Amino acid sequence: METYKVPPNGGDEGLDTADDGALVINVGPQHPATHGVLHLVITLQGETIQKIEPHLGYIHRSIEKMCESLSYRQFIYVTSRMDYLSAHINNHGCALCVEKGLQLEVPPRAQVIRVLMGELTRIASHELWWGAMAMDLGAFTPFFYAFRERETINDIMEETCGARLTMNYMVPGGVMYDLHPNFQQRVKDFIQLFNNKIDEYDDLVTGNIIFQNRTKGVGVLSAADAISYGCTGPVARGSGVACDIRKLYPYAVYDKVAFDEIIETAGDSYARYLVRVKELRQSVRIIEQLIDNIPEGDFQAKTKAVLKLPKGEFYSRVETARGEFGVYIVSEGGTTPYRIKFRSPGFSNLSALDHMSRGSKIGDLMAIMGTLDLVIPDIDR
Amino acid sequence: MAFLKEYISEVYHAVSSLLKGMRTTGSYFVRPKEIITQQYPDNRADMKIPERFRGEVVMTHDENNEHACTGCTACELACPNATIKIVTKFDTTPEGKKKKALDTFVYHLELCTMCNLCVEACPTSAIKMAQTFEHSVYDRNQLLKKLNNPGSKLRAGVE
Repeated sequence: METYKVPPNGGDEGLDTADDGALVINVGPQHPATHGVLHLVITLQGETIQKIEPHLGYIHRSIEKMCESLSYRQFIYVTSRMDYLSAHINNHGCALCVEKGLQLEVPPRAQVIRVLMGELTRIASHELWWGAMAMDLGAFTPFFYAFRERETINDIMEETCGARLTMNYMVPGGVMYDLHPNFQQRVKDFIQLFNNKIDEYDDLVTGNIIFQNRTKGVGVLSAADAISYGCTGPVARGSGVACDIRKLYPYAVYDKVAFDEIIETAGDSYARYLVRVKELRQSVRIIEQLIDNIPEGDFQAKTKAVLKLPKGEFYSRVETARGEFGVYIVSEGGTTPYRIKFRSPGFSNLSALDHMSRGSKIGDLMAIMGTLDLVIPDIDR
Repeated sequence: MAFLKEYISEVYHAVSSLLKGMRTTGSYFVRPKEIITQQYPDNRADMKIPERFRGEVVMTHDENNEHACTGCTACELACPNATIKIVTKFDTTPEGKKKKALDTFVYHLELCTMCNLCVEACPTSAIKMAQTFEHSVYDRNQLLKKLNNPGSKLRAGVE
């Protein structure tokens, strides 16, 4: 019998060192800077990045397959566990798709509540990103400031929706319960407090010379590349691509509120940073317009106890804090979907990482990955 | 000369941007009111949990140890995770007829995601969400709960 001999490089052929002296290192799957179980295999020439290969699947839970055995009411809660920082907006996208299939009219009050919750979620998500991004680049204080304001939003969510992170507040036809009586006042208090805090953020990080030097001209993504990699959200808008679903294909009441789509043209990490920080102010603007104009009426349309979608294919999309989130349902006419496909923004944005960071120094990788705003459960599903 | 001027202005802007950030951080020394840290678990006694907070499913019993669960299994069907299992029995009514009634309401807290779909589905509002959140135990079996009290029965008039 032939005995197996361990090769000199330990069996990982071509993984440790390449022929041209390039060094292959693994970042992750357990690495504090990847903010989740993301595994990057990086080929380095000296300190310069030659190639990045993301390895996925460490947190794959087969959510799409699970949804095939859940009813149209039940499958919505699962999508909170994908992009957990935009849980409301994910649920909104699923609810929209089911409503499209049922041809259900959502009451105006429910539509406004959904947009308000979505924008609060967007602020909370961008806050967490802002803190984590500054922390990746070595500034620890912003992390605490960001979490302080995010805590206020979490408290508002807890009071109205009953949970802080995975709310499951959207149901087909509206929202699960009416707004809490304190909701309007608490949101107004938050907006008043938050307007001053954004200026504080700018003083602390945006204008900081160390931060600017580390992000300007780093990880440049051209508009053409952003389109060909399928990037959406702040990543594409930082490269000058107008791709805000709220503007292009307005859903709920986004066509009735005034807000600007933030577009920066530089395409570097700093441009992506600016897009998100400016979006904070636009989200505040949307909330300010709606908070005093919540129409009276039902918060939920009357639906049957068992929902059955007609035979056919349905697609709906929403703009999460990270980009375009699409829900595609194939129905055979039964109570459960035949097939569900989620188009998650993180997956496409991650695919551009290799292209953006080739030729950069390894120290810049965190500045590039930070502005992609990756949420790993959203990529793996 | 132009180079020197540019260099000095760059250094000036760099230092001023850093000082600006330091001022923001430093100013919190003089306004400690904006610190929001909660001293959990020391503040357990006066901690406020919103009434809508979803901690675990409980069944409400009144003073006569009666509940409103008819054993219709609507919650069992609504649950996405098979958290709830309803065991029914047959009671004999005074007229001598056999009637389906709840025997045991089995609730797996370890499987529950607190999505509230069971509470929404219940036609008689027999179950609700409690505000408890400290669920950690040493043995997994302790998370398997029976929600109806021993000896409890259906409240009269609930169909």
